[in-house]
Amino acid sequence: MSLNEILNPVTLPAWIVSVPLAAAVLAVVLPKTGGWAGIFTAILTAAMVAALGHEILVHGPVQMVIGGWLPPLGIALYADGLSAAMLGITALVSGCITLYARGYFSGSAASRRFWPLWMFLWAALNALFLSADIFNLYVTLELLGLSAVALVALSGTADAFRAAVRYLLVGLTGSLIYLTGVAFFYAVTGTLGLNIKVAVGSAPASMTVPFALMAAGLILKSALFPMHFWLPPAHANAPAPVSAALSALVVKGSFYILLRLWFTVFMPFINPFSAQLVGMLAAAAIIWGSLQALLAERLKLLVAYSTVAQIGYLFLIFPLSSIAQGGPNAWFGGLYFVLSHACAKAAVFLSAGAVMHCCGHDRIRDLHGIVARLPVSVFAFALAGVSLIGLPPSGGFIAKWLYLNKALVAGQWWWGVVMIIGGLLATAYIFRFFARAFINTPEVAAGRPVPWIMEWTALGLAFCAIILGLAAPAVTRLLDVGNPFQ
Amino acid sequence: MTISTIYSLVGVALLGMGLHALIIHSHLVRKILALNIAGAGVFLFLVAVAGRTPGPLPDPVPHTMVLTGIVVAVSATALALALACRIHQETGSAHITENEPE
Repeated sequence: MSLNEILNPVTLPAWIVSVPLAAAVLAVVLPKTGGWAGIFTAILTAAMVAALGHEILVHGPVQMVIGGWLPPLGIALYADGLSAAMLGITALVSGCITLYARGYFSGSAASRRFWPLWMFLWAALNALFLSADIFNLYVTLELLGLSAVALVALSGTADAFRAAVRYLLVGLTGSLIYLTGVAFFYAVTGTLGLNIKVAVGSAPASMTVPFALMAAGLILKSALFPMHFWLPPAHANAPAPVSAALSALVVKGSFYILLRLWFTVFMPFINPFSAQLVGMLAAAAIIWGSLQALLAERLKLLVAYSTVAQIGYLFLIFPLSSIAQGGPNAWFGGLYFVLSHACAKAAVFLSAGAVMHCCGHDRIRDLHGIVARLPVSVFAFALAGVSLIGLPPSGGFIAKWLYLNKALVAGQWWWGVVMIIGGLLATAYIFRFFARAFINTPEVAAGRPVPWIMEWTALGLAFCAIILGLAAPAVTRLLDVGNPFQ
Repeated sequence: MTISTIYSLVGVALLGMGLHALIIHSHLVRKILALNIAGAGVFLFLVAVAGRTPGPLPDPVPHTMVLTGIVVAVSATALALALACRIHQETGSAHITENEPE
């Protein structure tokens, strides 16, 4: 193989998966290099994803067959605008988390266990966003789940172990149900491809069982209400960088698969009723998650319940995009929610982690005047909050605006009402923290200094959530490549 | 009723029994066993799908899926058992109950 072939942009997908994987192995063999392996992966992955994004913008979707072995026995990788956007946000958020983790774990025993698992998680995410068949997606889901569970258990407390094992059992159940759906799908269609509309010839009734099983498994894994019960303990008890990765990226993995399946493979078979049903669950998630966030006593639990609510917004893409009127606005809106929530939620969890690192606890009641100790972290929390609430000019605002637009044009105003109530509740729960943090008191909550990198990476991510709002035209141009509504 | 239909029905039944046991038991080892039985049900179903192809040779694709699935199941079981051991060490019990403090 010549150097030219290796450096061909078409081989980029394979490199994007193998680099974090190699770094993970390196971090297992030589534990001391873990931190540097992380930085190296972050830089290299970002560069490769940027090159892939450029290639997709210029020449359209990229496809590669690993080792020349054709599917279904070989593995095919595929990247279009959506994959590139997901890889890009993963590279951005994971890069910041990597920097943060260097401060967070410095000098702690958990450090040598964190790095290999973190690199494995990253490789699994990249592989997930590049997979072109539904069985490979199952494998990547499991890789993602196993590394995420092990990372949750890193805290080493009894609560963290319980949360981790529950997360593992729920995750395995979800993937098993998904795998059953894959088996039925293969039995009906004789193929596993994700991007070919092979199923069009089949009778609609025969697609009901595979679709229902795959959707149920993925909904369980993405923690859509009422399947969210496992998420708050797992996300709240993990170490801060892990919480950020779980909320910002890992739940998006299973959501991404459902998105692909729904709008490419199963679109001709979906009746409006199932779309409205998912919408109702999403609406319940928004209201219930926000109310629980309002009641939470601990800051990280508040943020975790906010994730439950924000997952609801993601799932509104299904009822809104299943209607033809109003064009692909809701599709872009949903993807914008994915991207801006990834930045904003990671920023919020990293700031909450800085607060916890400083004070040793995260009881909101006892965080009075914390702004005096951690001005940068509290500012990052506020900026990210702007996006979570959906205020202009943030990415969250663009997402909500596109959704509202489509809801009104398509005559489904009730989703708009839910979003507005959700926005108000988000304002209330974000301000619960500020009400304590900004109290002007001579006796500020006690705490120890926090490494500067932990505060500034959170702020950087919060800025990205705002910039996403301003960069909307460029981002939608990328998302448009290979969008299923063309 | 062909042999392949019988295998797929047994596979689906095992999956159902496994998921049922997973929900009703609170002991972690029982839950892990239940998941393995459910997984075996899915694998049996896949093997049955492979046997449906006409001709003397079965379809290799479901077989590779089962092989990969077994590897995943073994690793997941190892992780679950390790976590169960740690929970037993830390709390003296390997049950997970509902409504535990968050």
